[in-house]
Amino acid sequence: MAKLILTDIKKQPLSFTLPVVAAAGAFAGLFIGTAQGSGLLGIVIGALLMAGLAYAALELLDRSQEKMVRYGIAALFLVAGFLLGGLPGLVVGGLFGWFFGWFVYWVGEGRYRAKLPPYLTAGQVLWHYAFRVICGAIFVFLITPIIVVMPLSFNAENFFTFTPEMLRFDPAGYSLKHYRDFFTSNEWQSALRNSLLIAPAATILSVTFGTLAAIGLSQPHVPFRRAIMAILISPMIVPLIISAAGMYFFYSRVGLQGTYLGVVLAHAALGIPFVIITVTATLVGFDRSLTRAAANMGANPVTTFFRVQMPLILPGVISGGLFAFITSFDEVVVVLFVGSANQQTLPWQMFTGLREQISPTILAVATILVAVSICLLTVVEILRRRSERLRGLSPG
Amino acid sequence: MTDATAGAVPASKDAKPGQMVAADGRPLKESLNRALRLQKMRALMLIAPLLLFVLLTFIAPIADMLFRSVQNGIVSETLPRATAGLSDWDATTGDLPDESVYEGLYYDLFIAAERKLHTRLGSRLNYEMTGMSSLFRQSGRSLDDIGDVYFDQFKDLDKNWDEAEPWAALMGDADWLQEMQAWKKADGEMPEFELADGMEKLLPRTAETYAAFAVFAQVDEGKSLLKEEPWVLVHTALYQDLMAKDVSGYSGPQAEMLKAADAAVSGFESVTFKDGMNAIDDDWLSHTVWQTIKTYSPEFTNGYFLNAVDMQKTPDGPEFRSENQRIYGLLFKRTMFMSLMITGSCILLGYPVAWLLANLPMRTANLLMILVLLPFWTSLLVRTSAWKVMLQQQGVINDVLVWLGLVNDADRLVMINNQFGTIVAMTHILLPFMILPLYSVMQTIPPSYLRAAKSLGATNWTAFWRVYFPQSVPGIGAGSILVFILSIGYYITPEIVGGTTGTFISNRIAYHISSSLNWGLAAALGTILLAVVLGLYWAYDKIVGIDNVKLG
Repeated sequence: MAKLILTDIKKQPLSFTLPVVAAAGAFAGLFIGTAQGSGLLGIVIGALLMAGLAYAALELLDRSQEKMVRYGIAALFLVAGFLLGGLPGLVVGGLFGWFFGWFVYWVGEGRYRAKLPPYLTAGQVLWHYAFRVICGAIFVFLITPIIVVMPLSFNAENFFTFTPEMLRFDPAGYSLKHYRDFFTSNEWQSALRNSLLIAPAATILSVTFGTLAAIGLSQPHVPFRRAIMAILISPMIVPLIISAAGMYFFYSRVGLQGTYLGVVLAHAALGIPFVIITVTATLVGFDRSLTRAAANMGANPVTTFFRVQMPLILPGVISGGLFAFITSFDEVVVVLFVGSANQQTLPWQMFTGLREQISPTILAVATILVAVSICLLTVVEILRRRSERLRGLSPG
Repeated sequence: MTDATAGAVPASKDAKPGQMVAADGRPLKESLNRALRLQKMRALMLIAPLLLFVLLTFIAPIADMLFRSVQNGIVSETLPRATAGLSDWDATTGDLPDESVYEGLYYDLFIAAERKLHTRLGSRLNYEMTGMSSLFRQSGRSLDDIGDVYFDQFKDLDKNWDEAEPWAALMGDADWLQEMQAWKKADGEMPEFELADGMEKLLPRTAETYAAFAVFAQVDEGKSLLKEEPWVLVHTALYQDLMAKDVSGYSGPQAEMLKAADAAVSGFESVTFKDGMNAIDDDWLSHTVWQTIKTYSPEFTNGYFLNAVDMQKTPDGPEFRSENQRIYGLLFKRTMFMSLMITGSCILLGYPVAWLLANLPMRTANLLMILVLLPFWTSLLVRTSAWKVMLQQQGVINDVLVWLGLVNDADRLVMINNQFGTIVAMTHILLPFMILPLYSVMQTIPPSYLRAAKSLGATNWTAFWRVYFPQSVPGIGAGSILVFILSIGYYITPEIVGGTTGTFISNRIAYHISSSLNWGLAAALGTILLAVVLGLYWAYDKIVGIDNVKLG
C-alpha cells in the first residue's frame, strides 16, 4: 500500500515550500499568540520560525538526516511548549512539533503528490486535501463528545469541566470518587439492577417471538405480508413519545402502569422490529433445501429447526437480540411514563440527574456505558462479518 | 408421471380421465392447493403469537390514544341530569337555562361532590374556560347550603328525619332491612340495598337520590345504612316529592312520620335552585359558563384537536384563539423548522463523510466506519450528557475558546438551553442515521462513471453535479426522511439541552401528560404528530421500501 506511487515525487522549489510552511506556522502562531496575549506577534513569530526551520531542514541539512531533524523539531517544540504552558503546554508542543516536522518534509519533498494521479491540477490537489481536512473535522465532531466524557469522569471535583489541576496532570486532580459513588450509592445500584432485570427479560420476549415470526414471514407464501410487516415494524417508526403516551394511557387502564411486567412488555414491543429486521435479513440467504433434506432424513420440524436452521441463522438472532437489548437498556422515554419510581432504570436515573442535580457520577456511568457499547459494537461487527463470510458475500 | 397417473386412476372415483392425480388419488391441482394452504397456515401460525403480542402491547395503546383524543364522556357522566336538560336549551339567545336545569345541576353536582368527582370535571372544563376549576371546587364546598334549608325544617318537625334507621326502614325493602339488621362485620359483604316496592312511584326523587346514597355509602365508603344518615340532598328530594305527590294512600313503615311531613311541607320555607346556586357562586348565572358546559356535553368532541391547532369551540363554530394565546402553531412550526435544520445539517455533514467512506479502500473505510458506529451504539443519554458538558457556559468548548483568547472570560458564549444547543446535539446524535444509508447507496455507484465524465471533458464540479450527485439522491432521500422522522418526535435531548426556546412539540405532549394532566390534549397533539410521521413513513416506503431498512 505505502509502496504505491502514482506520481513521481520531486523536491518543490523554495518559493513554494517556504510560503506554505510559513502560512501553516502563522495559523498555529495565531492561536498560541492569542492564548499568550498578542495574536499579531504570534502570527509573525510562527511564520518566521517555520520558514526558518523549513529552510534549514531542506537546504542546509542533508536528506539523510531527516529523522534527526524531525526529532529535533519535536524536541524544540516540546521545550517551547513547556516553557510557555507547563505540562499541558508540553503535550500540545510535542504534538505541534511532531506535526510540523512531518509537514515540512511532506510539503518540501512534494510527497503529498505521491498517491494522486499525475494529471491533477494544483487546485485539485489542494481541494483533495481540503476535503480530507473537512472530513477529519466531521469525524472529530462525531467522536469528541464521547472522548471528552472519559477523562472528566475521573475529575476529583464535582465539576462538569476540566479543572486547572487536571490540565496540569496533577494526580490530585484525578480520582475514582465518582465511580465509587456509582458503586456505593443505593439509587444508582437499584437503577442498575432494574436495568439488568428489565432489559434481558424484554430481550428474551422479543427474540423468541421475533425469530418465530421472522421464520414465518420468510416463507414463500404469506398472506398479507406487507400489512403484517408494517404492523410489526411500527414500534420503530412511531415516535417514542407517542408510544409512551399511548402505553401510559392504555397500561394505566389495564393496571400494568408502574409494574415491572408493564415495562418489560413495552420494551419487548420496542425491540421486536430490530429482531424482525436482522433475522429476516439473515434468512434471505438461507438455503431452503437444507430443511427439506433434514425432513427427508426423518427429522421432525422441531429437530430441523434446532439442529439445522437455528445454527445457521444464529448470528442474525444474536445481533437482533443485541439490538433489542440495547433498545431496552438505553430506553428512557417509555419507562419514564410506563414505569414508576420502583422501576427506575439507569437511563432514567441519568435523565433525572441531568435535569436536576448535576453530578459527575453521570459521567462515570457514561464512561462505563461507552465501554459496554464498544463491547457490543465489536460483537455485532464480528457476527456480521462471520455471517457474511458464511454466505460468501464479502471476502473480508 | 404417467405411471403415477395410471396407478392412481382406479382408486379415485371423482377424477376425470386424463386429469393428473397425486399419489393419494386426489387431483393434482387440489392436492397442490391443499399443500399451499397448509404452508400459508403454518406461516401464519408462526407469525400469530408475535402479531398478537404487538397488537396488544403496542397497537392497542396507540388506538387508545387516538380514542382519547376525541373522547369526552366526563361532562355527561358527571352531570347527566343537567346535560340532558341543556339539550333543549338554545345557547345563542342569551337566556339562562330553566329552573329544571338548575335542579338537575344541583342533584348532579351534589352526588359528584360526595364522590369527589366534581374537581375532575372542573379541571377538565378549565382547559376550555379559565375559572371553571375554582367554580366547581367552590360550589362543591357550599352545596349543602341549599339542602340545609329543608333538612333543618324536617329535623325540627321530627328528630327521626335526621336518623339513619327510620330512613332505611322507610326506603328499604322489608326483607333487606331484616338481613341488614342481622348483619355483622364478621359476615363479610353487606346485603345490597333494595328499594321498597312502590317507593319509586310514591317518592320518585327521594327513591333515586336515596338509592344513589345507598350505593355510595355501601360500596364506596363501606358503611352500614343503619348507621349513616342520608345526605341533605335526600331531604331536598323528599320536600320536592311531597310538594308534588299525594302520600295519603301510603301505609308501609314510617307512614305516620311521612304523613306528618306531608302535612307540614306546604308551610316550609323554600328556595329555588337557581337562587340557591347563585348564592353559592354568582358565576352560575353567567351565560358563558352554561355555554361552555353545553358545548362540551356531547360524548365525543373535536375540542382537543381544535385546541391543538390553537382554535376553540364557540357557539358559532370553531374560531382561532386570540394572538397571545396561540402556542401550538408556534410549537409545530418550530418543531418543523428545527427538524429541517437538523436534517439539513446532517446532509451537509454526512455527505462528505459518506463519500469518503465509499471511495477509500475497504480496510481504511472499515476503520473509519468505527468512528461513525461508535456514536451510533453509544447510549443516547451519554451523548446528551456529553453535549451538556461541551456546550455549557463553564463547559469544554467555552473553556477552550477562552484559553485561546477568542472569547472573553466575562462574556462566554451561550450555546445551551436554546435552539442552537438542540440543533448541534441532535445533529450529532442523528448523523449516523444519515451516513449509513448514504454510504450504502454510494457504495453501489461505480467510480468509473466519474472518471468517464472527466475524460469526456467535464470539470470536477460538473462531473460531480451531473453524474455522481443524481445517483446519490436516493441515499439522501432515505437518510433525510429517517432523520426527519426521528427528530420530529424527539423528547430527551430537547428536554435537557433545549431550555425554553429549543423544545419540541413532544416536550409539550409530555408536559400535558405528567404536569397539566390534560390527557385529551396530549392525545390530540400526539395524533397530529403521528399523522405527520405516518405520512413521511409512507413516503419512505415509496422511496426506499420497508424491507430495505438495514442496520449497522
